[in-house]
Amino acid sequence: MSMDIITYDGTFEGFLTGIFECYNRKIFPVEIVSRNGEQKHLFAQKTDIQPDSEKADRVWKGIQQKMTGKNKEMLFYAFLSEEPGIEMKIYRFVRRLFSGYFNIETDFGDADVLYLTQASQKVKKEAMRMMQFVRFQHTKGGLYFCGIEPRYDVIPLVVGHFQKRFADQRWLLFDLKRNYGVMYDNGKPQEVTISAKEFSQINGRVNENLLEEGEEFYQRLWKTYFTHINIQERKNLKLQRQHMPRRFWKFLPEMMILN
Amino acid sequence: MNKLTVQQKLEILSDAAKYDVSCVSSGSNRKNSTKGIGNGVACGICHSFTEDGRCVSLLKTLMTNHCIYDCAYCANRRSNDRPRATLTVDEIVDLTIGFYRRNFIEGLFLSSGVIRNPDYTMERMVQVARKLRLVENYNGYIHLKAIPGASPELVHEAGLWADRLSVNLEISTEPNLKLLAPEKNFPSILSPMTQIRNEILASKEEARRFRNAPKFAQAGQSTQMIIGATPETDRQIILLSSGLYKTQNLKRVYFSGYLPVNLYDKRLPALTSPPLVRENRLYQSDWLMRFYHFKAEEILTEDQPFLDLDVDPKLGFALRNLHQFPVDINRADYEMILRVPGIGVQSAQKIVLARRHRKLTTEHLLKLGVVMKRARYFVTCSDVVLAASGWTPERLKHKIVAGSVSKNRKTLDTQLSLFGNFQAALPPLH
Repeated sequence: MSMDIITYDGTFEGFLTGIFECYNRKIFPVEIVSRNGEQKHLFAQKTDIQPDSEKADRVWKGIQQKMTGKNKEMLFYAFLSEEPGIEMKIYRFVRRLFSGYFNIETDFGDADVLYLTQASQKVKKEAMRMMQFVRFQHTKGGLYFCGIEPRYDVIPLVVGHFQKRFADQRWLLFDLKRNYGVMYDNGKPQEVTISAKEFSQINGRVNENLLEEGEEFYQRLWKTYFTHINIQERKNLKLQRQHMPRRFWKFLPEMMILN
Repeated sequence: MNKLTVQQKLEILSDAAKYDVSCVSSGSNRKNSTKGIGNGVACGICHSFTEDGRCVSLLKTLMTNHCIYDCAYCANRRSNDRPRATLTVDEIVDLTIGFYRRNFIEGLFLSSGVIRNPDYTMERMVQVARKLRLVENYNGYIHLKAIPGASPELVHEAGLWADRLSVNLEISTEPNLKLLAPEKNFPSILSPMTQIRNEILASKEEARRFRNAPKFAQAGQSTQMIIGATPETDRQIILLSSGLYKTQNLKRVYFSGYLPVNLYDKRLPALTSPPLVRENRLYQSDWLMRFYHFKAEEILTEDQPFLDLDVDPKLGFALRNLHQFPVDINRADYEMILRVPGIGVQSAQKIVLARRHRKLTTEHLLKLGVVMKRARYFVTCSDVVLAASGWTPERLKHKIVAGSVSKNRKTLDTQLSLFGNFQAALPPLH
């Protein structure tokens, strides 16, 4: 028996196509990895898969039909966690799903199921953190800009939230790590890349001469508010860090008081 | 007098508002249907956390800290000599919108000291909410404090614009309220509370029949009590809050550990630090009632006026009722699994779902997030018999407490040193 390895382009679509091909070619791979990732098996037979939206759609629809309620997106979120080896876990889960078991997403006694649930929760939590810790800066020309560095690629997951919330406002959310952003203008969001970056690559601060006049005023007021709403007698820095991880501090104007 | 800048006003007024505990932005799913700014998110969003570890979700400020009352527990009492300021309606509206557009906050929490009379104060607060909704096209969260003694018409209008209303009880028994806040009385606090409850119920009823019926305070109402300023027992407090949940349909009862703000007032106890552990235990009890299907009477029985500061109330319950344990993880009801110390709501839900597929073992429980250090004394699984039998409550308590390293264990926390005449009706527990 040969050892098969499936490689794909690293996108979710490519991965789903990979699953489709496993069924199509009747192979049970020992590994499914992104082309760019490293491979553990030396003497395995590699099959490279090109993404195919039609095949991917069929797999995704099949998964949707078998999953219930709020778990429908679980596998996608788990995939976004980019954990090493997550592909095989999803693959084994899908195998079980398609072989007729039902409700397997609640079988937390199974290591794969529990792992996928937890991975998807991590991603959802990171998306929540975007809703919490994104801070827009009002720039000249009226655009509200925020550059931030989420641990996972979650900007697409929160676009809907910001779109509903700031319907009458032009805004741009930029992922500094993955070097792309989503801009909302004229009632529709679209993906953008920026060539001339007029902001800090480290903390997303826009160059001062490009900020709208009121910006400094509101940031100063916000810092004032933040210092004065604190109750000194109850100081608990550990609790603060627990809720608001250090890695976000550089993006938050209120935490720049000391710097 | 020099005119204060907005920044100076905000310094004074947020400083004065920080003792209001409520900072919840949940429970409202107001839609941004006007294509303006803002929407409600049912689960609420915390946007920042201050050094005390409390969440900053709302722009929490007083409209003014001038006050005609002289309540002993309040930093803004009339007789205190401290800087006073008043934000105008426009200033509050601008601040709210400016912060909201930058995603600093989830909404506005507006409270106020009472100027001239309750109606005058309430009227101006309602103006803020009205302007936000109608002029600024704002659909985000608004929490207004109902001023005790304000007219029902104003409270009604406040409820139409706001997502949540609250009236602070502050002191949980009438005689003590009379002692510390002679100008206030219980009926003036309870009557707006009752009115708000009735209007919320009526508006829900209405919404069932007419889709577009106006919603009244859709995120419900809450209240707050100060803990440790007066000699009420924990049992009294818990019974009262459980009563409020039932009769007034409150969403939340907040506890605020008393901070010695007016040291000169001899009606108050001299505390060196706020009773944080006691406050925490009360919140834990509150959680037991709201999420763990506990009844107030189960948390503290008649012979126990105070919560045990060494162990959380859930463990306390389990120790008093060892005969109900161990619980068989693979068979017991959800309610019973919830009562096991070390198992939270999420693990309990996972357990009842997962055990349909296979028998659960201790290893499963560990992976599901159960704190086995505690739970092992109270459960049985399919694999091994755990250490669940043969314990006396005292020994088990000692064993568990010794095993958990907590820097917060202070037994002297509930001490009310200045109430020389206060004596516990019953002997101390330990």
